Amino acid sequence: MELFRVRLAADRVLVADGAMGTMLMERGLQPGSSPEAFNLDRPDALEEIAREYLNAGAEIIQTNTFGGSRLKLAQYSLGDRVAQINEKAVQAVRRAVKSNAYVSGSCGPTGQFLKPYGEVEPAEMMDVFREQIGVLVSSGVDIICVETMSDLGEATSAVKAAKEIGSIPVMATMTFDQTPKGFYTIMGVTIEQAVKALEAAGADVVGSNCGNGIDNMVSIAGECRKFTRLPIIIQSNAGIPELKGDVAVYPETPEFMAGRVKDLLDAGVSIIGGCCGTTPAHIRAIREAVDAHKHS
Amino acid sequence: MDLLKQIAMALQCGDSDGIGELLQQALDNKLAPKEILDRGLIAGMNVVGDRYKKHEIFLPEVLLAAKAMHMGMEKLKPLFLKDEVVARGRIVIGTVQGDIHDIGKNLVAIMLSGAGFEVIDLGKDVPPKKFIETAIEHNAKVIGMSALLTTTMPIMKKVVEGLKEKGLDGKIRTVIGGAPVSNEFAAQIGADGYGYDSVQAVDCIRKLISLS
Repeated sequence: MELFRVRLAADRVLVADGAMGTMLMERGLQPGSSPEAFNLDRPDALEEIAREYLNAGAEIIQTNTFGGSRLKLAQYSLGDRVAQINEKAVQAVRRAVKSNAYVSGSCGPTGQFLKPYGEVEPAEMMDVFREQIGVLVSSGVDIICVETMSDLGEATSAVKAAKEIGSIPVMATMTFDQTPKGFYTIMGVTIEQAVKALEAAGADVVGSNCGNGIDNMVSIAGECRKFTRLPIIIQSNAGIPELKGDVAVYPETPEFMAGRVKDLLDAGVSIIGGCCGTTPAHIRAIREAVDAHKHS
Repeated sequence: MDLLKQIAMALQCGDSDGIGELLQQALDNKLAPKEILDRGLIAGMNVVGDRYKKHEIFLPEVLLAAKAMHMGMEKLKPLFLKDEVVARGRIVIGTVQGDIHDIGKNLVAIMLSGAGFEVIDLGKDVPPKKFIETAIEHNAKVIGMSALLTTTMPIMKKVVEGLKEKGLDGKIRTVIGGAPVSNEFAAQIGADGYGYDSVQAVDCIRKLISLS
């Protein structure tokens, strides 16, 4: 497998995987328990999920470590299990994908705010990410993916922590809402501020994930492109969920999302994957649309 | 500037230290605690809410204002006489069972007490039964529920249905909020209201209570 940076520089489009949460639920994760605690007992399920996304055509497979920082795990009284939880997640994905896909270490928000808005000191935030990302890297991920961030201080802390550790490529994405005045994160960060600060912190790939559906992502990608020459990653939700019976259902179908792939590629996106509500079927449809676009 | 206006302004800036000093000055000047709350703190919080609604400010500014509000309330609360308790109604609030995400819920709780409601915060991972029993026991007018995970959204429906079974629909109102829920979802499960954000949630609860 080519190095991730080489692959990106070759100006080819990559497909990443989709949602993790629902796949875990299908394999027995109970609502209210830590999704990452699953790594300790059910690495077999993690392998299975990784394999499904690999078979669907994803070339970047994420680890189940979104909430794997000690601040987040502490909410489930697992703050002292950072090493095992992150290590087992990486090992499971690696066993499934071998060298057929890039293993991307997911690193989500801590759920705490930096001072003065919350109680966390900047130095502590850095330490928290150093610890988690350190384990991810030493366990053998190919990429770090800092994702679903809304606060720039927290996001750049994570990127800087990863960059300190070595030459690991870092993707960094934030989640934007549409307002009458344009796109902002809930913390009030604009796309321009996000892209510029993440690039300055050392990110190799920038972009957006989660959000309110793929149509918004086309606009967000275009906006990102204005402020950076870095490769752009987009991992969209399958829209806003609706309740069908007792189950929340995401409205955007694989066909619908695949129908926006061309727009994303035209906007200059290099990596397309999914977030909440996307399934291996979504990723397969996106894969086909990407391949069709390449050959057109 | 009028002292109460200064308090409102300090609150808007999220200046907790300033609020502490100004409240002391106001109390030394024998201003009534209720007056300080309504025309100082709440007036300031209302401006914060309005500006947030218009996207002129974002969560960081609201968090700072909420902190200042919380501090101010703590200072004033012991000074209220029993019969002038500010409560405009009692609200039971919590993050639903299976969900531990409480940043939004905490913000709504502070905004509600800032708006003069008495808030019973059940915390996170709250089972449907607990919402209903607490609301009955404390004669609450509204139950506010928050969820971030799509998998926990159905719990909201259980609370609405539980109230209906007890014949309490219309007497105890339900308001929901959180990233995956929407107005449509509220209508679908028969909740009485939906707040897109903490400001809307307070507006919505105000309206519901003025109707009852």
